[in-house]
Amino acid sequence: MTAPTAALRIDDLHKSFGGLHVIQGVNFTVAPGERRLLLGPNGAGKTTLFNLIAGDLRPTAGQIRIAEEDVSALPTFRRAARGIGRTFQILTLFARESVIGNLIMALLGGRPQRWKPYGAVATDPALRREALEVLARVRLDTLADRPVSETSYGEKRRLEIAMALAQAPRILLLDEPLAGLSKEERGTVSALLAELPRDLTILMIEHDMDVALAFAEKIALLHHGRLIVDGTREEVIADPRTREAYLAQ
Amino acid sequence: MKNPGLKTLGILLICAAAVPLVLPGPFYLSIATQVLVYGLFAVSVNLIAGYCGMVSLGHAAFLGIAGYAFALLTTSTGWPLWAAIPAAVGLSVAAGALFGLVALRTSGLSFLMITLALGQIVWGVAFRYVDLTNGENGISMPRFQGLLANGTGLFYLCLVVTGGCLALVTILAGSPLGASMQGVRDQPRRMSTLGYDVWRIRYAAYVLSAGIAGIAGVLYMLLFRFISPHTLSLTVSSEAVLMVIAGGLGTTFGPIVGAALVVLLKNVASAYTDRWPTLLGLIFLFIIVVVPEGLLPGARRLMRTLGAHLATRRGPTAIPATPVKEARP
Repeated sequence: MTAPTAALRIDDLHKSFGGLHVIQGVNFTVAPGERRLLLGPNGAGKTTLFNLIAGDLRPTAGQIRIAEEDVSALPTFRRAARGIGRTFQILTLFARESVIGNLIMALLGGRPQRWKPYGAVATDPALRREALEVLARVRLDTLADRPVSETSYGEKRRLEIAMALAQAPRILLLDEPLAGLSKEERGTVSALLAELPRDLTILMIEHDMDVALAFAEKIALLHHGRLIVDGTREEVIADPRTREAYLAQ
Repeated sequence: MKNPGLKTLGILLICAAAVPLVLPGPFYLSIATQVLVYGLFAVSVNLIAGYCGMVSLGHAAFLGIAGYAFALLTTSTGWPLWAAIPAAVGLSVAAGALFGLVALRTSGLSFLMITLALGQIVWGVAFRYVDLTNGENGISMPRFQGLLANGTGLFYLCLVVTGGCLALVTILAGSPLGASMQGVRDQPRRMSTLGYDVWRIRYAAYVLSAGIAGIAGVLYMLLFRFISPHTLSLTVSSEAVLMVIAGGLGTTFGPIVGAALVVLLKNVASAYTDRWPTLLGLIFLFIIVVVPEGLLPGARRLMRTLGAHLATRRGPTAIPATPVKEARP
């Protein structure tokens, strides 16, 4: 059996909300291990495209393939089981839980153990150990027992990434992971992203051009729901349509 | 004991076991039994509303289905109690499994309205299907024999059953499945992204909740020996929601506290005034304004605030020289 040629393949994808065509015939392919940046001005359809890939939205037409398997009709949780992990533009953490409590929820997500109606989840030593290992990757292990409500915005952003990593995804969708962070925190998160294993395919939306361009190997530019430029970093930057649609704004 | 909720439950059950010894007469013992029965019903509503964030306005249907089934099986078909009880609860679970397929297609306000509609359908059947349910006149059951014949025996039976169900809910709340339910309540979208089947988790909670409401329905029949369409009405469903909100949504013992409040007002205050619903309304208003999180968590918060305030007033001289162990909340 040969390895799939594409980690993610989008074929002629459309999404409409009534008469509003948000995604219009988008095609692109992301190779395994690739770092792909999704660029576009506000309202271009970037987050909608993420929602379509993750399964939060169903496409009006077209196909989404993960490792060549058509997942267009699958619900979000089944796509998560096939290796899609994501972070959200607006933080979606379990605010009543501790940092490690959030991680444990993420770890349990893909396991049959989540259906167990007995036994204390908070004190399971194996789960706790595993959660601490993931937290150490984003340098949050020292804050494991702190309530999420008492952590800084930057720590919450890192926790979002840790929760996605806890799922051991094959494709990671990062929706503006640096949004709202201070310069110092941006540096910390950028370093974390650079350390992510090479076999992990990453698709990122980010408006911090310095970090985003340094991170991306290939860039896809969306404008009014259409993919107008797709290529290497140099090709996309040099393309006049990029300046017209995005960089000039 | 690892689960602190179970420890508290054990202490409370021991204290509750002494209730028949201290209450002045059978009237008050009956009220205490009612608190247990309605408290169990409120626990069932809390399971779906408090732990899963899905407020149902049709839960009286499950209480009533089990109640009617129990009454009909024992009076019309002559089933023994030991067979009628699981059959009645089973029917309630089956109704929950069926209703859940319809109601859980939605969430939020739509879920509230669908459960209300389903509850009204069951109420309508109880009201109109006179050949089976005796319509508005309801069904009466003869006096029970043995343990169930006297108030004290019935109180202890209700205490054991309600305590057992509370223990199960407490264990569930701390388990991975309980954590999943609470996760679905707080961040359903995130839960889907993490690989949880949000619908199935809600469905499991809804069916389990219907089962507990069914058990409460059987206890209701053992206590009152009478059921009419009123038992399945919107009033009973909304009272249970009020009990849960008053006691503390998503807390283990809050529903029992809320049930005690409503039952006491209904039975005791109504002896002094016809306007007890006004009094109930005023109390709920007070709760929403002063302790919006419910009586139990609200009381804990107020105690903490008071403790901190007193500590500040005492000043630094009152702080002991040697460190003391921090008191558990």
